Amino acid sequence: MVQENLSTRGKAADFIRRNPTIVVGATLLMLIALAALFAPLIARDPIAFEPINRLKGPSAEFWLGTDSLGRDVYARMVYGARVSLLVGLAVASISIVTGALVGLLAGYFSRVDAVVMRLMDGIMAIPSILLAIALVALLGASVKVVIIAIAIPEIPRVARLVRAVVLSVRDLPFVEAARSNGTRVGKLLRRHILPSTVAPLIVQATYICASAILTEAGLSFLGAGTPPEFPTWGNMIASSRLYLQLAPWTIFAPGICLALVVLAVNLVGDGLRDRLDPRISRRM
Amino acid sequence: MLSYIFRRLLGVIPVMLVVGVFVFSLLHLAPGDPAAIIAGDNATAESIARIRANLGLDRPLLEQFFSWGWSTLRGDLGASMFFNIPVTTLVQQRMGATISLAVTTMLVAVTIAITLGVLAAWKAGSLLDRAVMGLAVTGFSVPVFVVGYILVYFVALKWRWLPVQGYVPMADGFWPWLRHLILPSFALGLAYVALIARITRASMLEVLAEDYIRTASAKGVATVPMLLRHALKNAAVPIITVIGIGIALLISGVVITESVFNIPGIGRLVVDAISRRDYPIIQGVMIIFAGVYVLINLTIDIMYSFIDPRIRYS
Repeated sequence: MVQENLSTRGKAADFIRRNPTIVVGATLLMLIALAALFAPLIARDPIAFEPINRLKGPSAEFWLGTDSLGRDVYARMVYGARVSLLVGLAVASISIVTGALVGLLAGYFSRVDAVVMRLMDGIMAIPSILLAIALVALLGASVKVVIIAIAIPEIPRVARLVRAVVLSVRDLPFVEAARSNGTRVGKLLRRHILPSTVAPLIVQATYICASAILTEAGLSFLGAGTPPEFPTWGNMIASSRLYLQLAPWTIFAPGICLALVVLAVNLVGDGLRDRLDPRISRRM
Repeated sequence: MLSYIFRRLLGVIPVMLVVGVFVFSLLHLAPGDPAAIIAGDNATAESIARIRANLGLDRPLLEQFFSWGWSTLRGDLGASMFFNIPVTTLVQQRMGATISLAVTTMLVAVTIAITLGVLAAWKAGSLLDRAVMGLAVTGFSVPVFVVGYILVYFVALKWRWLPVQGYVPMADGFWPWLRHLILPSFALGLAYVALIARITRASMLEVLAEDYIRTASAKGVATVPMLLRHALKNAAVPIITVIGIGIALLISGVVITESVFNIPGIGRLVVDAISRRDYPIIQGVMIIFAGVYVLINLTIDIMYSFIDPRIRYS
């Protein structure tokens, strides 16, 4: 019993030693996710404003000071994490699922391939931020529209990746064997081909998540993101841009937070890539 | 060679067709009457009717698409509803600022990134290498506007070395023009430096491990010519690919950077068009940026076939 304990502890230490980037990134992410989840317990109302306290520097009462309307920057920052994490996760799941489906079909059925991949090339040519701006301008600003708008341009990248994997395993002996056994196409794709795409997809998902968080912040910053009532890191920075000299904390606090979250996601992604795909991990 | 270029050129047609259909249908995907959406919440019935007639929204959809597609092909992107000026004129007026920003950013980023990447690969495992790789991960995580405001706060507001914002055309003097572009191009270039330095290092490491490099250094080729002439030249294909991939990143970044530094370019034009729902501008700029992206990638594809003749035949 004691020995088993020791060995699990040893294993954990070994994991940390071998994958420092995953551990650092995941810990950071976990902390931020917990803060976002329990925001009402650890921060005051992010929307309440006291004009008498406007542009106050960091203090014991307002840890990160207040903004131009006298709102608590720390509280807004904690609540802002909710939008960022939600958008990151939602965009990653939507684009991975849709992109994987498109990539599987395009890679396996050569008749679908030419048409679908030209379609994907076209979508990839449109700058993602402009597409998002256009969609938000037309459909109105809401978290749902922002998520869809950011997810669409990611789909072709996922589809290309999955298609490449499918093309490389489609004619391997084990798939050939399953096919000649009379396995139906649906089962063949699901049971024999899909598993080879899982490792690269997990890595891709982290990168999509990171870039979605950045794009959402960019959209909020441009005033084309989530409605201004919701505190997001992007709109916090946008609404404080005139006070950069007077109250730099109103911009630096959400900015550093944003960079830390994206850094954490990227670290997890790099770590996973090194573990899951040793071919490209070689000293990159 | 010619047939390769011709095949590549033909490939542009379906891509731009998809872009066209996509951009055109965006306006019609939205629920409700597109004219009413453009007119905004407090529109009168007349203004909605005027917009509808103006954009030809009362005609059948296919007819609208073909007439829109035909005028786009002839270089007519319609007129802005706010300024009442052709979109192409507006874009031409603001093109200078955007191209200046894009070109200075590219120059700054590619120079820094390739230098760092080559040095990191040459001294792989050293402190310098670790620092470059650290910069690469961080640079990719900090958004343009955060880097931008940090630079403005210190370099422009605290130390007063460079202007806070704005743009001066090159016609008004080279130095004023450059001074206004230094901070924006560093802010926008950081992510690009990260991307290119990383791939340069990886690609150089692979080449430096090859036998012919060992032969060259055994023959007494000096370090710098060996790194540049022997190694970098053969590591170029992946680096150029990534520079091409980065164009998309650059275009999105330009839109945000122009807002941070108040540069009157095409990006600002689009951002200002959002709140006015000036749809012809949004549509037109999307087509232009997509076209630029496709053309640059086409150029890069053709460049490959000069660098590596094997690509032509696959």
